[in-house]
Amino acid sequence: MDDPNPRPRLAFAPRLTLLVMLGPVAAGLWGTLLPAFGHLPAAGAWGPSLGPLRMLFAWPGLGAAVRLSLTTGLLATLLSLAIVTLLAAGWAGTRPFRLLERALAPFLSVPHAAVAFGLAFLIAPSGWLARLASPWLTGWSKPPDLLILNDPAGLALTAGLVAKEVPFLLLMTLVALGQSDGTRGLRVAQALGHGRVSGWLKAVFPRVYPQIRLPVYVVLAYSMTVVDAALILGPTTPPPLAVQVLTWMDDPDLTRRLTAAAGAVLQTLLVAGALLLWRGAEMAVAALGRRWIEAGGRGRAEPVLRALGLAAAGLCAAAVTAGLAGLAVWSVAGFWGFPDALPQGITAETWMRLGPGLGRAAATTALVALAATGIALLLAVLCLEAEDRTARRMGPRGLWLLYLPLIVPQVAFLPGVQMLLLDLGAHAGPVPVVAVHLVFVLPYVFLSLGGPWRALDPRIGRVAAALGAGRWRVLWAVRLPMLLRPVLTAAAVGLAVSVGQYLPTLLAGGGRVVTLTTEAVALASGGDRRAIGAYGLAQTAAALLPFAVATLLPALLWRNRRTLNG
Amino acid sequence: MAGPRVHRSRLAACLALALAVLAAPPVAAADPDPADWPGVENAARGQTVYWHAWGGSAPTNDFIAWVAGQVRARNGVDLIQVKLADTADAVGRVLAEKQAGQDSEGGVDLIWINGPNFAAMKSAGLLFGPFAGALPNWQFADADCKPLESDFTVPTEGYESPWAMAQVVFMYDTADIAAPLADMAAIRDWALTHPGRFTYPQPPDFLGTTFLKQVLVDITSDPDVLQHPAEEADYAAVTAPLWAYLDALTPALWRGGRAYPATGPAQIPLIADDEIDLAISFSPGEASTAIADHRLPPSVRTFVLKGGTLGNASFVAIPYNSAAKAGAMVVANFLLSPEAQLRAQDPAVLGYGTVLDLARLDAADRDAFAALDLGVATLSPAELGMVRPEPHPSWMSRIAEDWQHRYGAGR
Repeated sequence: MDDPNPRPRLAFAPRLTLLVMLGPVAAGLWGTLLPAFGHLPAAGAWGPSLGPLRMLFAWPGLGAAVRLSLTTGLLATLLSLAIVTLLAAGWAGTRPFRLLERALAPFLSVPHAAVAFGLAFLIAPSGWLARLASPWLTGWSKPPDLLILNDPAGLALTAGLVAKEVPFLLLMTLVALGQSDGTRGLRVAQALGHGRVSGWLKAVFPRVYPQIRLPVYVVLAYSMTVVDAALILGPTTPPPLAVQVLTWMDDPDLTRRLTAAAGAVLQTLLVAGALLLWRGAEMAVAALGRRWIEAGGRGRAEPVLRALGLAAAGLCAAAVTAGLAGLAVWSVAGFWGFPDALPQGITAETWMRLGPGLGRAAATTALVALAATGIALLLAVLCLEAEDRTARRMGPRGLWLLYLPLIVPQVAFLPGVQMLLLDLGAHAGPVPVVAVHLVFVLPYVFLSLGGPWRALDPRIGRVAAALGAGRWRVLWAVRLPMLLRPVLTAAAVGLAVSVGQYLPTLLAGGGRVVTLTTEAVALASGGDRRAIGAYGLAQTAAALLPFAVATLLPALLWRNRRTLNG
Repeated sequence: MAGPRVHRSRLAACLALALAVLAAPPVAAADPDPADWPGVENAARGQTVYWHAWGGSAPTNDFIAWVAGQVRARNGVDLIQVKLADTADAVGRVLAEKQAGQDSEGGVDLIWINGPNFAAMKSAGLLFGPFAGALPNWQFADADCKPLESDFTVPTEGYESPWAMAQVVFMYDTADIAAPLADMAAIRDWALTHPGRFTYPQPPDFLGTTFLKQVLVDITSDPDVLQHPAEEADYAAVTAPLWAYLDALTPALWRGGRAYPATGPAQIPLIADDEIDLAISFSPGEASTAIADHRLPPSVRTFVLKGGTLGNASFVAIPYNSAAKAGAMVVANFLLSPEAQLRAQDPAVLGYGTVLDLARLDAADRDAFAALDLGVATLSPAELGMVRPEPHPSWMSRIAEDWQHRYGAGR
C-alpha cells in the first residue's frame, strides 16, 4: 500500500482462480442438494421433502458404510503420515533417502486403480505371493478360501491407500524440507546430544508439518471418498459410503438418485467431521509434543525407529513395484493358472489388440493434461505473484477455499457439474473436460508450488529490485529460475492428477473424451487382467514422463549450481 | 410428452415458449419416419452415431468397431462407441439432458440396453419409437420362438431392437466337477460338499440377480405366478423357498458369502485362479471365447439345467432426443442382418446367440451358420434346450432389495 509507483497488482488473478475452481463446485453442490431434499423433476420428484434422507437412513448398511469411510480414511492417513515422518526423521540427508527420493516419481505417478490392481494380484489367496510359495512351501494345490481382499474391516483397501499416499506425502515433505532449513536444525539438535529421530521430530517436524498440513487433509478427504481403489480392494457387504452412493446413481430406478444425493451430502458432512477431528488431534499432539521437548529427553529406541521407517517405506515401494511387475507380466500373459509362478506362455496378443486404441487414448490424455496443467500453472504463478505485489497473503479462509474441490467428495458435486455443462451447451469435446480437470489440477499445483514460493527468501527479490529490475523481470529472471524445480514438480503433480481423473472425465466429456483412465476403468469392470495390465502400464507411463522431466531438467540446467539443484 | 418439464436454460425456455405458441411438438417435427426406409437411409448418410455400450469386454468392443467399418462403407454413417462401465451412465446422461431441457441434439444416439433400464427409460418417455418393426431386416427375426417382443415381461412395442440372444449357462471346470449338475438343488448339494468353490456376482449386479431368479424359477412349484407383478402374488410365500435355499447355500459359498465378485466377467479370473470351480454365465459362448484368448483353462465346459434356463435378448434403443435417429436405425438394422448376426455368433469374435430364424434366411446364409464351429465349451442350439422367460421386473427389484437385507449390506 505504500508503494510510491503503483504497478499492476494482478488483483484479478486470485478472483479469477477462485471462480475457475469454485464455480463448478458450488454449482455442482447445488445440483446435489436439490435432489437430496427430494427435488428431481426428471425422475418425477418435486421437493422439498425429507424422503431421500429417510431412504438413506433406512438402508441397512449405512452404519457400516459410514464406519468404513471413517476408519479407512483416518487409518490410511495416520499410517501414511507416520511412515513419511519416521522416514524423514531417520534418514533425511542420507544416501538411502536420496535414493528413495530419486525413485519417488514412478511411485507417485502410478494411478490409484493400477496400484490397487497390482496389490490385489499380489496379496490375493491365489495371488503372486501365494503362487511363488505354492505348493512347495504352503502345500496348496488350490488357493485357500481366505478373505484377504475385500475384507469387511477394509484393511486391504487401507493398505492400498497407504502404498499410494506415502509417495505423495513424501513428495510434499521433500518440497517443504527444501524450504525449511531442516539440515541445520537437525545439526543443532544433534550437537545438543539428541538422537537423529528425536532431534528431527523436535527441531524440524514442527516447521515441516504446517507446510504439509493441507496435503495431509487432502489425503484424509481423498482416502475417505475413494471409489476406484475401493471397488477393487474394499469390502462389498456393505461397501464404503462413496461406493454405495455411486451404486445408487447407477440404479435403473431413477428415484434412487435421490438417495444417492442424500448419501453424497452425508459423505460431505463426514469428511468435514473427520477433518475437525484431525485438527483437534493436531492440537493435542502439539501440546504433548511441547511437553515432550521440554522434558529434554535425548531419544530412545533410535535404531528401531529408523529401521521401522525405512522398512515401512521400503515395503510400500516393494508392493507398488511388484504390483506393476504383475501388471506387466499380465499384459503379455498366455494362460496363467494357480499355482504357476509365471504364465504358461508369453504373447503380444493383448498389446496388438489394444495398440491402436491405446495410442488414441494416450494422445487425448496428453492433450487434456497439458492444457489443464498449463492453465493451472499460469493462474497459480499469477496468484502467488499478486500476493507478493499486494503484500497480502492468502488468509486461512482463502486456503480453505482453495482446498474445497479436493475436500468435497467428487460424488457430491460432479453430477451437478454435468447439469451445469448441459445448461451451457458445452457438452462435447475436450474443452469442458479441461475445465473440470482444472478444478482438481489447480489446487494441487497451487499447493505444490505455494509452499516453496512463499518460503523463497524475499530479500533476493529486493536485491534484484535494488539493482534496477522491474517486477516482471524479477519474476522471469530471478524467481522462476530459482523456483524451477518446484515449478516443474508442480507441473508434474498437475499432469499426474489430470491423467488419473475418472469421474470428471466421464461426466464432463459425456463419455466421448476417451483417456487412458476411462478406458482402464471401463475394462476393469470386465475383470480382464491382461487389458488392465496394458492400460495400467500406459497410465503409469503417461504420468511418469513429466516427473522424469521435473527431475532431470533442473539437474541438467543447474549442474553447476548445487543449492538450486535441490 | 405428457407431464411437466423443467427448462433450466433461458434459451430452452424461450424455444419452448415459441414452439408452444406454434403448437408443434419440438421433437417429433424433425424425427425421421421409420416406415420410409429410403428416407431414413438418406437422412442417415453423413450422420455420426454415438453408441453408448458397456465397454468392459474387448471382444465386444472389437465387434462394434467392425460394425462401425461396415456402416461407414455401406451407409456413410460414422459409428462411435462410447464405452461405459455401466449402462446406467447413459441413462443418467439422457435423464440429465431431459432435466436440462435439452430435448433434441442429445449426446446419446444408441444404447445397448438391458431390461430394467429399458423399463425405466420407456416409462419415463426417454425413448424414440416405435421403430423396430419397420427395420427391413426385422423380417428375419425369430419373434415366434425367441422373446424379442418383450424385455423382462415389459412389451418392447418397437422401442428397442434385438441384436443378440443370451441364455443362462453354467461354466464348470471338468478338472474339478465330473459331470453337469441337473438342477439348482444339485448345485446347492454340490456346493455344500465342496465349500468355498462356488459363488455368484453380488446383486444388484445384473447377473447376480439373474442367478437369484434362476434359483427361484427352478425351485418354485408355480413359475407362472412370476410372469405377473409381484404385488399380485403372495410375495413372501413365493420367495420363501428361495431364501431357504440361500440360507443353506451361503455359508458354503466362496469366502463364506462375506465377499462376492462384482460382475459376471469378474468370475472368470476366479475360475482361472482355481478359486472357484463353477460359475453362472449369461452367454453360451463366453467360456469358449475366454478359453481361446487364454482367460480360462481349456478344461472348462458349460451345461444348462434339465428344466431349462432363463434367456433374453440384448437390445439397442434410441433416446428421444438423439441427434442421429436415422443413423441409429441404420445401425440397428445392420445389427439384425444375417452377416452381422453370423459374425456375432462366431465364437472367435463374440459367441453370442443369433436372434434370427434360420429358416427365413436364404440357403447360403443358412449354410454359413451351420458351418460355424461354435467352440469347445459351447452347447449347440439343441443342447441349450428350453428358454425360460424372465420373471416380471418387480420380482427382480424386490428380491435384490431383500437380498441386500439378508446377505448384503444388512448381513
